[in-house]
This record gives sequence, structure tokens and C-alpha cells, in this order.
Amino acid sequence: MNNELSNWMRRGTPWVWLNAGAVAISIVMVVGLLILLTVRGMSHFWPRDVLQANYTPPTSTGELLTTQVIGEFVESEMVVAAQIASSGIPVDETQDLYERQLLKLGNRDITGADFTWALSDFVEDVEYPAEVVAMERREWGNFYGFLRNIREAGEPLAFSGDTADVEAKRWLEFNQRLERALDIRDDIYVIENQEIGLINYAMERLRLRERRLELDGEESPETSAEIAVRRQELNVEYELLQDELLALYETVNRDSAIFLAANEQEIEIEFADIVRAYKPNQMDIFSKLLTYFSKLGEFMTAEPREANTEGGIFPAIFGTVMMVMLMSVFVTPFGVVAAVYLREYARQGFVTRAIRIAVNNLAGVPSIVYGVFGLGFFIYIIGAEIDQIFYPEALPAPTFGTPGLLWASLTLALLTVPVVIVATEEGLARIPRSVREGSLALGATKFETLWRVVLPMASPAMMTGLILAVARAAGEVAPLMLVGVVKLAPSLPLDGNYPYLHLEQKFMHLGFHIYDVGFQSPNIEAARPLVFATALLLVIVIAGLNLTAVALRNHLREKYKALDV
Amino acid sequence: MNDMSSEQARDTPSPTMKVDVSAVLGDKTKTGGEVLSSCIDIENLNLFYSKNKQALIDINLTIPKQRVTAFIGPSGCGKSSLLRCFNRMNDLVDDCVIEGLVSLDGSDIYQKSIDVADLRRRVGMVFQKPNPFPKSIYENVAYGLRIQGINSKRILDDAVENSLMAAALWDEVKDRLNDSALGMSGGQQQRLVIARTIAVEPEVLLLDEPASALDPISTLKIEELINELKTDYTIVIVTHNMQQAARVSDFTAFMYMGNMVEFDSTNSIFTNPRQKQTEDYITGRYG
Repeated sequence: MNNELSNWMRRGTPWVWLNAGAVAISIVMVVGLLILLTVRGMSHFWPRDVLQANYTPPTSTGELLTTQVIGEFVESEMVVAAQIASSGIPVDETQDLYERQLLKLGNRDITGADFTWALSDFVEDVEYPAEVVAMERREWGNFYGFLRNIREAGEPLAFSGDTADVEAKRWLEFNQRLERALDIRDDIYVIENQEIGLINYAMERLRLRERRLELDGEESPETSAEIAVRRQELNVEYELLQDELLALYETVNRDSAIFLAANEQEIEIEFADIVRAYKPNQMDIFSKLLTYFSKLGEFMTAEPREANTEGGIFPAIFGTVMMVMLMSVFVTPFGVVAAVYLREYARQGFVTRAIRIAVNNLAGVPSIVYGVFGLGFFIYIIGAEIDQIFYPEALPAPTFGTPGLLWASLTLALLTVPVVIVATEEGLARIPRSVREGSLALGATKFETLWRVVLPMASPAMMTGLILAVARAAGEVAPLMLVGVVKLAPSLPLDGNYPYLHLEQKFMHLGFHIYDVGFQSPNIEAARPLVFATALLLVIVIAGLNLTAVALRNHLREKYKALDV
Repeated sequence: MNDMSSEQARDTPSPTMKVDVSAVLGDKTKTGGEVLSSCIDIENLNLFYSKNKQALIDINLTIPKQRVTAFIGPSGCGKSSLLRCFNRMNDLVDDCVIEGLVSLDGSDIYQKSIDVADLRRRVGMVFQKPNPFPKSIYENVAYGLRIQGINSKRILDDAVENSLMAAALWDEVKDRLNDSALGMSGGQQQRLVIARTIAVEPEVLLLDEPASALDPISTLKIEELINELKTDYTIVIVTHNMQQAARVSDFTAFMYMGNMVEFDSTNSIFTNPRQKQTEDYITGRYG
């Protein structure tokens, strides 16, 4: 027996189990995290059935007040009776646990809050009426209710036929008019955000040019006249667009719809305010899937609405990717050049050892410290200096002397440069001496050897460094809050206006978006699923960036695969 | 008994022996009846890897032009260190100090005004292990020329073809010049390295145990190649394999513990060595 046990130990079986167990636990944790994010985040976009019920909670006065609720069931949980009693609802405390459910009622404009907790025991007459409409609006969040009538310029439309017939015709008419309103909305969006934006941008540049001439003392009657003429042209263009916009607003505001919300409340909703409307209880699985993907698509490609709790997160995705790419552009050459000097040219000794230790320690400095450094050095010193020299016409409004994309990228480049240096140095150290000597023996100088043989062979190691740098930088939030990220950026840092890439602009970032939506949101219940969805998207974006770099590295590895030493 | 004597020899370095090079190169029975001109002259060469680690002790030698000279001797005797003095490869070793004179065609290669890269182009070197670059076969051979700034496709094409022909590799690779050199066999890689070296048209070829990592057939090919190349180049070969030295070389130098023990025509060294140490080594009594 004893012998068997000692044999078992000697063969290393427990060791194998320990190793396999550690791997298994890691996999379970990672997969579990991804599943949690996917389920909690992605289920948010599913068009759930809308229930209608009567809710009669007990009150301290004994008077029973029944309210009608229309909305989506979100989740349920068990709560201790004492806790409910202490919150003012006199429940029977002999029953230990009560189930309560979270309902999304929408209609924030009527009720003030769009979520409510209801004790399951007092929810009665639950039904799923086929005609109930779920609606996303530009303001006030979701709406749930019944379509009663459509008004054109204040006059109600008349529909003939029996009740079911009228209902169907009305819904068809509603959808056609919604389609029209959405089209006009698109036009308005183009004018407001692109065309007028372009004019404003040109106006601003004109103002800066005028100021610049004034500062340089080069203004003359000719230039002033030219600027005045140009400004006049822009003003005319602006007036034209303004008129067009006014006309569009008038047409889009023509139609409105009368809805019946819970508790027989009638409400008029402008078509212009509606983003999407559907009857979830009538939909089959296929049309639900269509709606699901349309909502998911909106989430990924649209701009946020309602303090980031509705709409999409495209600017945040774009900002994250943009910032990481800029950072890669800064960090790779810098790290590689530094590593080449340390490994190839510097005389190995105390100083290089000390530098190496310092570089490694730099990687361990908390990232917020880099944020403070970026703010104090890049923005307040370098940025302010750039403004003084190159943008005096814009002062006192800062151009580069304020947090922005460039400084955020540089700060993160500084944060990740140790990783690139270390990885590149290791790559250089692994290049066999024989290959270097082979090149030198052919009459190549040290520089030619480095440039033509050693650096290409070390490029996979540089890519490894870049992969690690990207992984670290893409998830970093703390320093970014100091050097360039904002809750809502008015425009993307890359657009059609010269010089196209606006390095001085502030930008949105997925990591900060999670923090903002999760902890700074006025509507926490509505925002919570978005936190999960955004987190999942952040993971996907980082994975995507990394996979690109890994693919590139594998290609390089194949090309320069090391000689068997 | 043999072990004892070898131990003693290691403990007490033998006194510096003067090798009479001129006696060898002036003796027409040993040079095949010709008067040989010298290519590399080495005078009183000492090499230190650190203060108390001397690798070469007072070496005097002349390498004859357009002949094959072999360096033999036990491991660590300084053959490779001496070879690497001829193209200043030892410059790459930190703390390496060289005293004495090494001259190529009469000019000191260690003087300040010498362009090391140019010297290495004139004195090509092939290493023990094949070390092709991770590039195509074509680019490997063209590398040295591209370094010199030659980028004309016509010149490069000609040079690549001629070099591969000279290295007896052309027929094997002419259809896959753009494949990676790392996909070749070890023997092919070593011949590619030789082709790469002769593409820059050096005057001297230094071969540092060029066949020690190869199988017998590849070794044979390399040896045939050396025989063909010696009409155009001065060749110095370091080898562990005494049969190889006997087969390919015209002159042989036997080194031991950093000393040049004996230099003579290969024939004389192998049939009639003058030094006891040489005889012991050749007959396999130590080393």
C-alpha cells in the first residue's frame, strides 16, 4: 500500500494533476467571464415580450391601490421579508423570503422612472396583449403602450372597417409615416452634423487666419476685404442650409401619434422623436432576430444618446482603435531604436545594467502616474509651448495645450515602451552570432549587418513587444482620464476636414465608456446591460488588435525563422 | 604513460620553438619546383583574450599565395584564433589584445588607416556551421555585392550564376533561386556560404573547419571544391581531420597550446615530422 503510494508520488502523477488543474481553472475563469459578458450584454438587444398586469401591493394604511403596469420583465430575485417591510411595504414577516421582479416600464416622461421592482405575489392578471407597441425614442427612453390614432398636422386620420381591420391599417400607416420621418431625420442629421459643421469649421479657420494676420502685422485692406468676402459667402451658404433645415423640421413635425399608456393615460408622440417601433408580442422568432440584429448594428455603428445610456458606442470603438494605432506608431520605432542601442552599441557594464533595471521598473509604475506626467509635461509644458509658437491666433483657447488624442497616445506609448524595449532586446540577443559574423565576414559594416540581417530577423520579437504593448494600452483607462478622454466627443478625430487627422481633439474610449455608463449614469438600471455589452466589445476590440499583430508576427516568423542553433 | 606525458606537456608549456618558414618555402622539392610568393606574413604574433589568458604565443608564419595551407592541432590550440586574426574577426571579441605584425600583400592589416570592412571583403571566411541568411538563395549570394552598392540586375545575375557554378551548386539550385536558403541541406548550405564568399571576389579564403558539421558525402564535395578553388585563391583551412588536411592541403602547420610547433609541406609533415609533438599528434597518441 505504502509502496503503491510512493510509486504514485514518484511517477509525478500528483504534479500532473496539479498542472492540469491550474490550466483547467484558468480556462473556466476566462470562458466564464466571456459567457457572463456575452449573456448579460447581448441579451439586452433582444426584443422581449411586453407584459400587462395589475399590481396591488399592500400599504400601511390598508387601502389597496391597483396600478396597471405595461413593460418588459428584466429579472427576479429573492428578498428577505424584513428588508421589504423596512422599506415601507407591510408584508407578512412570517414568510421569510419574497420574490420580487424588476420590470422595465419605460414611459419616463409620465412616471418619472422607467424601472420598478414589483413583489411577484401581488402581481395579478398577467397577459401579453398582441397589440402592445414597444418603442425607442430619442428622448425619455422607451415607451410601451397601445397605438390609438395618427394625426397629420393636428387632424386625426380616419380608418374604416371592423376593429381588427382598423388596427392593422393604422399600424401599417404608422410604419409608413415612421419610415418617412426617419428618412427626413437622416437628411437633417447630414445637414446639422456634416454640412453646417463644415461651414462652422471654415468660419473658424477664417477667424484664425484673420487673427494670425493681425498678430503678424500683415493685415492689409486687401486681405481684410478678401476675408470679408469669404465670410459673406459662408454666411449665405449657412443661411441657405438654415432655411433648408427649417423646412425639413416643419415636414418632419407634421405627423404625430396618439398612444394609450398604462393606466389609460393618453399621450401624443411626435414621429420625429421615434427611433424604432415594433409589436414584440406579435413577432415570430425570425422578425425578432431581424430586430435584434438591427439593434445590435445600431449599438455598434451609431452615436450615443441620452447621456450614453441609449444609442451606440461607435465613437468609443473608433477612438480606442485610433488611439492604440497611434500609440503603436509612436512606441515601436522608439522602443526598437532604444533596444538596439542598449544591446548592440552600448558597452555592456554597470550603466547598461542600471538602465535595464530602470526600464523594467518603469513597467511597474502605476499607470495613473503616467497620466499625471502626461498632463504636467506633455500638455502643460510641450502643448502650451506649441500653442505659443504655432497657434498664437487661437489663444487664449488652447489647441494642443489641452488634453487630446496626441497626448493620450504619447502617454500610453511612454507607459508601454519598456515592454517593447525588453522584448526587442531579447529578440536581438537570440540572433545567432554566426549569422552576424557571416555578414561581417562579407565586408558588411556593423550598421549594414544590423539593418539588413539582424533587425529583420528580430522583427518577430519586436512584434511580440508590440502585442504586449497593445494589450496593456488598450485596456488602460486611468491615465487617459487626465490626458484626453471625454464622456462625449462632439466629432471623430478623423474626418473630411483638412488636416483630416485631428490630433488635438478629445476622443471617446471604450474603457472610459464602461466607467462612465456604469458609475456616472443617471439611469443605472438602463445602463447596466450596456456596461456588459461595452465590456464585451472592448474585449473583442483588444482581441482583434492583438490577433492582427499575432498574424503579422507569425508571417514574419515564417519568413525569418531562426536557424537551428 | 601517454596520458602522463600529455598532462606534463599541458602543465609546462613547451619553450617557444622557432619554425623556419623560409627553409620550407625556399626548398623547391617541397614547393613543387616553384618559387612561391607570400600572401600573408605573420611576425611575432601574440594574442591575449584577457590579461592572463594568452591564446597565441609568438607566432611566425608565411602563408604562400595560391596554395592551400592547413592548420591542425588539438582543440583549444589556437588554430581558429590565428585564422580569425587574418580578417580581424577577433576585433569583435571584447578585451582581445593582439601584438605583432600581420600583413597582407606586404601591408599591415592592423594599422589604423585600414578599412576593416574592405579587408574582410578581400579576406573571405567560411565558418564551421553553415550560416546562410534567412533570405532567398539568390539574395544570399548577392548580399556581399549589394553591400558594395551594386544593384544592377544584370551584374548580380551574372555574379550569382558564376559563384554558384564555382561552388558546384548551380545545377542543384538553378530552378529555385528564390526559395529560402534555410530549406537547403547542410552540405548545400555550406557550399552556398562558399559561393556567397567568392561572389565578392576575395584574394584569400579562410575556412574554419568547413566540413566538420557535414556528412561524408557533403565533406567530399567541399574537399573537391577546395581543390578547384586553389588555382584562383589563397586558401587557409583549419581542420580537426588529419586525413582531410592530408588530402586537400599543400602545406600544413601544426599548433599546440598556442605555439606554432611545425610548419612544412603536407607531405613532409605526414611522412617525416621533425618534432616529437607533431609525430605524437599525427599518429594519434594524443589530441
